[in-house]
Amino acid sequence: MAEKILMKGNEAIAYAAINCGCDGYFGYPITPQSEVMETLMKEKPWETTGMVVLQAESETSSINMVYGGACCGKKVMTSSSSPGISLMCEGISYLAGAELPCLVVNVMRGGPGLGTIQPSQGDYFQTTKGGGHGDYRNIVLAPASAQDMYDFVDLGFELAFKYRNPAIILGDGVIGQMMEKVELRPAKARRTDEEIKKLCASWATIGKTADRKANTITSLALEADVQERFNIKLQKKYAEIEANEVRYSTYKTEDAEHLIVAFGCMSRICENVVELAREQGIKLGLLRPITLFPYPKAAIDALVPQLKSIMSVELNAGQMIEDIRLISNGRVPVNFYGRQGGMVPSPEEIFEAFIKTIK
Amino acid sequence: MKEEIIIAGFGGQGVLSMGKILAYGGIMQDQEVTWMPSYGPEMRGGTCNVSVILSDNKISSPILSRFDTAIILNQQSMDKFENQVKPGGLLIYDPNGITRHPQRKDITICRIAAVDEAAKLGNAKAYNMIILGAFLKKKPIVTMENVLKGLKKSLPVRHHNLIPMNEQAITVGMNAVEDI
Repeated sequence: MAEKILMKGNEAIAYAAINCGCDGYFGYPITPQSEVMETLMKEKPWETTGMVVLQAESETSSINMVYGGACCGKKVMTSSSSPGISLMCEGISYLAGAELPCLVVNVMRGGPGLGTIQPSQGDYFQTTKGGGHGDYRNIVLAPASAQDMYDFVDLGFELAFKYRNPAIILGDGVIGQMMEKVELRPAKARRTDEEIKKLCASWATIGKTADRKANTITSLALEADVQERFNIKLQKKYAEIEANEVRYSTYKTEDAEHLIVAFGCMSRICENVVELAREQGIKLGLLRPITLFPYPKAAIDALVPQLKSIMSVELNAGQMIEDIRLISNGRVPVNFYGRQGGMVPSPEEIFEAFIKTIK
Repeated sequence: MKEEIIIAGFGGQGVLSMGKILAYGGIMQDQEVTWMPSYGPEMRGGTCNVSVILSDNKISSPILSRFDTAIILNQQSMDKFENQVKPGGLLIYDPNGITRHPQRKDITICRIAAVDEAAKLGNAKAYNMIILGAFLKKKPIVTMENVLKGLKKSLPVRHHNLIPMNEQAITVGMNAVEDI
């Protein structure tokens, strides 16, 4: 059995990056995710795997370094927290528009503005609906443990390259700062130039050869019809992602009459809420979306007929609830409980709120 | 077995590292663990706390409002956490700097004069291990062997020479803890 190491979610991101053959990390420090770059700098992967680790002069700069690396077919990533991600949104839109693969980690904190350094899920809209301009989507993974933080780095890169699209790990201060045991996975070597050529020659700027046209990477199309054709192509890609990449987990939903939907750290807390309800004979279940885009629409839709109520529990003023309401479409009451500003509710607090909604 | 613990005091008392060593001890005996710190501005000189859960089974919520054990090292933490101990639970505190002693009648209350004991050892840095010893005496949920293995994991190799001193401090804590 692989060794299990006690580490923070943020540290897990760093170790996973080195371990899965990441080529480059470009970042700028911000609480509560600073341990990502701190750990990379401590581990010095440039001496072992050859991975580049660079502290850029700003978040804007980091995301554009990611753009450059991604153009060359490299596995590149950045990480930040909410205010820093806002600065990166222009770059993420460009990456999506140029169909470039990359991994972005957001360890969310309270906002708006500089806000607080405490945990939040206030960037749900930003991450799942856009953030930057234009009709684009990110592939969004929501970790609920340090092990998820570790595993989603490799998964994020796999999905990013499969669809040539930015993938975002949407964590929060709880998941980033909490230590849990993490099982390290078998190491993957960094891709060789030959492997990159084989995988990315159709689009990456890795040196034109005589037998093919030059690859051009751009997100600019001045003619409206050209841009529209590209937009339609993007939408087809997003539909494919929605058809193939939905991930979620359920807890005691088989006989559930009430359902809590919660992601990330809140899904962990809400497992305890399910237990508190079950102790009182209330048939409560939990659905945890693991991918926030694509969202587990069909899974929630299939549960609606057996339900008397749904409650969305989030560390914000109510963002994901809009997606749940679109799915349930008036068939069942959809309630909400959330805390903001970095406050994290206890299971008892959520249970009390839940009971009020069903009485 | 499931033990939910809050350790709370001032930044610099070794609250976070005590929690980490306890959590690592749990891993050494193949338990599930979570270690959730307060990481706000309070770390810079003010109060500081960490909740640690050790369990034989998968741990759901790392965020708790009721604890099996509260280890309390300053007055602010006493005010905040005394009432969060589950009925029948355990509260261990260092009376140094405490102006209002715990009032609860439905929990076990123990005192560990760790500041005094650390002074006797001539080593202020042994403070948190004395506290840990007091806890392990009352709730031997992690064996000494696994605590030492955990220490080895959490300390950088260059500090492994300090392990015997830490072991001594744990033993001091075990012997000095008193019921009230």
